Amino acid sequence: MKSGILLPGLDRAGLLFGAVALGLAILIPVLNLAVPADSAFHVPPHVVALMGKYLCYALLALSVDLVWGYCGILSLGHGAFFALGGYAMGMYLMRQIGPRGMYGHPILPDFMVFLNWQELPWYWLGFDQFWFAALMVLVVPGLLAGLLGWLAFRSRVTGVYLSIITQAMTFALLLAFFRNDMGFGGNNGLTDFKDILGASIQADGTRSALFAASAIALALGFFLCRWIVRSKLGRVLIAIRDAESRTRFLGYRVEHYKLLVFVTSACMAGVAGALYVPQVGIINPGEFSPANSIEAVIWVAVGGRGTLIGSVIGAVLVNFGKTLLTNALPEIWLFALGSLFIAVTLFLPRGIVGLWTGYWTRRREKQAASITTQPVTEGQ
Amino acid sequence: MRMLLFLLSLLLTPMSWAQATPPLIDALATDDYAAKEQALTSLTETGDPSIVPALKALEGGTLYRRLADDKVVIGREDGDSITLTDPLSGAVLGTEPAGNLELIRVNNRLRRAIGASLGALTLRSPDAAVRQTAADAVFVSRDASALPLLDAALADEKDAKVKRSLEQARAAILLGDETLSTVGKLSAIATIADKGGQAALALLNPLTGSEDAAVAKAATEAVRLIENKLAWAAAAQNIIYGLSLGSVLLLAAIGLAVTFGVMGVINMAHGEMVMLGAYTTYVVQEMIRTHAPGLFDWSLLIALPLAFIVAGGVGILIERGIIRFLYGRPLETLLATWGLSLVLQQAVRSIFGPTNMEVGNPTWMAGAFQVGEVTITYGRMWIFLFGLMAFAALMLLLRRTPLGLQMRAVTQNRAMARAMGIRTARVDALTFGLGSGIAGLAGVALSQIDNVSPNLGQGYIIDSFMIVIFGGVGNLWGTLVGAMSLGIVNKLLEPMAGAVLGKILVLVGIILFIQARPRGLFALKGRAIEH
Repeated sequence: MKSGILLPGLDRAGLLFGAVALGLAILIPVLNLAVPADSAFHVPPHVVALMGKYLCYALLALSVDLVWGYCGILSLGHGAFFALGGYAMGMYLMRQIGPRGMYGHPILPDFMVFLNWQELPWYWLGFDQFWFAALMVLVVPGLLAGLLGWLAFRSRVTGVYLSIITQAMTFALLLAFFRNDMGFGGNNGLTDFKDILGASIQADGTRSALFAASAIALALGFFLCRWIVRSKLGRVLIAIRDAESRTRFLGYRVEHYKLLVFVTSACMAGVAGALYVPQVGIINPGEFSPANSIEAVIWVAVGGRGTLIGSVIGAVLVNFGKTLLTNALPEIWLFALGSLFIAVTLFLPRGIVGLWTGYWTRRREKQAASITTQPVTEGQ
Repeated sequence: MRMLLFLLSLLLTPMSWAQATPPLIDALATDDYAAKEQALTSLTETGDPSIVPALKALEGGTLYRRLADDKVVIGREDGDSITLTDPLSGAVLGTEPAGNLELIRVNNRLRRAIGASLGALTLRSPDAAVRQTAADAVFVSRDASALPLLDAALADEKDAKVKRSLEQARAAILLGDETLSTVGKLSAIATIADKGGQAALALLNPLTGSEDAAVAKAATEAVRLIENKLAWAAAAQNIIYGLSLGSVLLLAAIGLAVTFGVMGVINMAHGEMVMLGAYTTYVVQEMIRTHAPGLFDWSLLIALPLAFIVAGGVGILIERGIIRFLYGRPLETLLATWGLSLVLQQAVRSIFGPTNMEVGNPTWMAGAFQVGEVTITYGRMWIFLFGLMAFAALMLLLRRTPLGLQMRAVTQNRAMARAMGIRTARVDALTFGLGSGIAGLAGVALSQIDNVSPNLGQGYIIDSFMIVIFGGVGNLWGTLVGAMSLGIVNKLLEPMAGAVLGKILVLVGIILFIQARPRGLFALKGRAIEH
């Protein structure tokens, strides 16, 4: 078994992860809201928003890892599911602005008034209700993934072909959302949000609540993935990853398993996008750009493909590095990111977590060898 | 009223042309626009072609009044002073400082009148091409005052093509006359329908609602005919555009067809090889501009081998440095080369700056020519031919040279090729270098029609992959057919759906197509199930 999650050491670490995420969900809001601003322990609001953003990226990375690390489907279009979830949430937030827009129209968002639209397009109906928007956050990415996956897996499009198709999908969506007459704000996207569920989106309390929601969503996503990969379903997924044809010949309907995990993963990415948008305050077509999707893949690769905890670590680390570098030396960031792609694939194929587990495995082997002085067979 | 007088005077004058005299020309030197128009009319009445230079100067703002003697002269700015020539004889009259002259100004109304006069006057030029232009100008202006000149020109015309144009112009003028008989109108409609084009359509469209049923019917029929012809011309034009776009895509994709199709390596930095080729062109042109401006027309031919060497060299470095460690791991190759593309883009951005670079067109790339209703620019034509030549050269290399034989052998069975004594590592590096070098060549061509910026390659990478997959991986003919059909479909969809939506439809179409034929249009026959 290649997957590190089956090692007993990481099993404990997995539970630890859940505890840490939930702990963060409580700790950070408390440090932000209850601790006075001049205290050393105070967490300023922009840091809360930044950390919330990282957690959303981590959830996206988790969803990429689920399909890539455990089922061998390298999707270069997960950014599209993320962005679709974000747009669904953005539409709800737009409708919440109501008559407070610049043009003061009671129903139409500003950009529609600007484009001389007379009434709301049908696909905007219902987005004034939170429950409907929340449902769409899951349904829209899920449907798209279901359609694409059903078509692709049925005709056994695999490997790089699938990767390039998913990339073409997100590219097509990028072009589509840039168009003004799509009714999603065109180039500028959706922004100027006022409030969410009745609370002002700028307020510290709302930011803290959104952060806590992101942490909880990440923890839930983590346990969902954990449950999937440790169940019998997960074994089949790993079998598909390692030898697809053999699994098929053993009698499993490979395409059904793949479709299930692909759709689940897309829904997770949608949730990540939906939590991301209120925290950064804007969603625009740039989120569909193929570069974003592929960046999410590199987070997973850095952390350790096929280890759930690794994808989270990778997402947070790489984005933290990005924040530091783009502030200090913006020229260097693309060099660093590009080198990271090359270095990780060449020298660190199992990521940071792989390095860690490899170190412990070797140490244990050494100890075992020194005790028994007998050769140990490679059990990994 | 003046028009009537003018026609009358024309009827009364014998058909031999009067001589334009200096006093007639000097009458233009007045500030009153109505008086100027009057002077222009009397000049046109003479029908003397020798006033054409003066009218052209008046239109172009180079006709002056000499303050000393109120004589009208044509001036050509020559530093601070103005060189004068006589408007009628063309004799040089010396130079004057600008202060001694006053420009004769024209307004829009006068400008139109000048255009009509010029059209009528040049109808009898000795040059057939000039007469042709004049006839077309009259057709558009429909200036009834030109009718007598037109009739006279028609009587003398020997060139069949010009004669037809003159008749069409005449019919256009006649149609404007309300009192024309039904028979006259019908024959005029037939003559104009024969001409075709937008101008004829604009003439005939109002007549489809004519009270005269026969005229309305003939006009409707003629309009339908012309619209049909125009639609065909538009479709032909779109196909030409499509072939041109297809050849651009072909250039970008055949390099990929080598690295991806033949070697099975996913090179996401392929677009950056194209970009390097374009920047090589830029550097070559800059060198030529500073050191040997006379060679500018040769700049592209000089850039071609250099771009091949630069992009190919970088390609070999990439293969030796990164890709050879990743054979058999396509997904990792994809990620590593993507990272490489980011590094290359940022490197170029750091060296040359993020803005678009100015790459010029040599003279033989500029301009256009007409085939029937279809316009083809020389630039597009050369790129089309270049794409086909590059394709043919690659084909020959793969099919007819020892290197090509070795490449194919390594592709088909690496272990066996090695056993036969082929140095597979060297062949891998050369194949990758070849694919990258071709991308560099594509960059030289693209520098002529696209913005040369660090993002140049990004725009082509997804399209190129789509083409290679669509055509069938490992099949160069498939790449050719794929590129051309993609280009044409794109351009045919554009007028209907708009550029962006057309592109989206094409992408969705390919995604669906791959469902039906996962191995592309021209799949290699084989029994391999998985690699």
